[in-house]
Amino acid sequence: MAEVNTGSEEPKKGKPQKRTLRVDFTPMVDMNMLLITFFMFCTTLSKPQMMNLVVPAKDKNIEIKDPPKIDKERTVTVILGADNKCYYYIGDPNYADWQSLHETDYSPAGLRALLVEKNVKAVREIVDLRNKQARNEIPDSTFKKQSAEVKDAKDAWNVMIKPTSGATFNNLVAVLDEMQICAIGRYAIIDMTDGDNFLVKNYQEKGALSQQAGLAPK
Amino acid sequence: MSKIKQKKHSTFIDMTAMSDVTVLLLTFFMSTATFLPKEPIQVTSPGSVMEIKIPDAFITTILIRPDGKAYVNFDRPNDRRAILNKIGKDYNITFSKDQTNAFLNQPSIGVPINNTTFPKFLDLSLTEQDEYLKTHGLATDSADNQLKTWLTTAINVAREDGEEYAKKYNIAIKADRGTPYDNVAPVISTLQDLHLNRFNLITTLEQMPNLLATN
Repeated sequence: MAEVNTGSEEPKKGKPQKRTLRVDFTPMVDMNMLLITFFMFCTTLSKPQMMNLVVPAKDKNIEIKDPPKIDKERTVTVILGADNKCYYYIGDPNYADWQSLHETDYSPAGLRALLVEKNVKAVREIVDLRNKQARNEIPDSTFKKQSAEVKDAKDAWNVMIKPTSGATFNNLVAVLDEMQICAIGRYAIIDMTDGDNFLVKNYQEKGALSQQAGLAPK
Repeated sequence: MSKIKQKKHSTFIDMTAMSDVTVLLLTFFMSTATFLPKEPIQVTSPGSVMEIKIPDAFITTILIRPDGKAYVNFDRPNDRRAILNKIGKDYNITFSKDQTNAFLNQPSIGVPINNTTFPKFLDLSLTEQDEYLKTHGLATDSADNQLKTWLTTAINVAREDGEEYAKKYNIAIKADRGTPYDNVAPVISTLQDLHLNRFNLITTLEQMPNLLATN
C-alpha cells in the first residue's frame, strides 16, 4: 500500500503540490521472511552423511608378504541371515556342534551387547577419548591418532562380516555401524563359504545335518 | 480544568530497513543453498552414527535400485562434457548440440553406452527422459556390466588429464534400506575391479548410543 499524503490545505493555484510518498514494506518483509525460511531448510536438510568403507584390492598379482596375524580366539564371525536375523560364532567354526553357532539380532541387546562385552577394554578407552574430545581437552588430531591406536591394539577384537543373499543393505550398514559403536578397528566383509552355509542350515535344522554327516557325537 | 490533550501518534512503522536486512539474508541463503540432484527413484538411506558430511564437489554417486539396476551421477558438468566427448571419440558417435545439452542437463545416467539407444535417449525431452529412467537402469552383473563401462570411461578421462580418479573423486553408494545385499555386492565388486577400493555408503545420521550406561 502506498500512501500519498497531500497537505490539508487547499491547493493554491500555480504552486506545485507538496507530496510525501510512503510505501508500506510490511508485505515485502513477510514474503522475504518466508523465502528465507525455505532456503534455510534447503541448506540444512539436504546434506546426508556418509560412511567410509575400504575393501581389499582384487588384484591377484599383489603378493602380501606379511599378512596380518589375527588372533583366532579374539575373532567373531557374524553371518547376516535373512529376515533381519544374524548368527555368530567365536574362533574357528565347529561343524560338529550346531550349538556353537548363536542366533542374535541387530538390536542394542543383540549384537551390540555381545561386541561391547567382548571388546570392553577398547570401548572404555574410546568412550573416554570421546568425552575428552567433547570437552575440548584434546584436539581432533590427537583423538584420531589415539583412537586408531586403541582400535589397533593387540588385544582388541576382530570381526568378520559375512552377508548371505537374504541380508539387506540396511543389515550391512547396521553391522558396519556396530563396528564404529563398539570400537572395532579390524573388520572385513567376506563372502560366504560352503562351510558357513552348512553351519547356518545345520543350526536351522538343529544339528540334523551334522548327524547325517556323522560329525556329531551321539 | 483543562483537558489533557493526547497527541495523535501515527502507527505507521517504517519497514524499509527491515526489508533491506531480509533481502540481504535472502541473497546469502540463496547463494549458499545446494539443491539435491533429481533422482529417478526415491530411496531411504539406512541410519548410522557416522558424522562425515558428503563433500560439496568431486563426488560420483552410484544409486542402486532395489532390483539391482544402477544409476551413476558425475556431479561436475565439465566432467560430463569431457566424458561425452570421449564417448564420441571411442564409439564414433557425433552428438548434436541439443544432445550434448540434454546430457548435461540430465544428472542421472541410466542408459548404456552404445550408438543406438543412447543418442535416441538424448533426443527425448527432459520429462520423457525422467519417465524412461524410472523403468531402466545400468546393468551391474558380470555378463554385461554397463556401470563398469561408464566408470571406466570416466577413469580414462581423468587419466588423460593426468589425474588419478580414486584420489580426486569421492565415490558414494546410495541404496535403499530394503535393497538385498546380492544387488549391492556386484557394485562393490565392480568398484574393486576398477581399483576404487575406497568408497562411501550414504547414510542418515543417528544418535550415538551411550554404551557404558547400558552395561
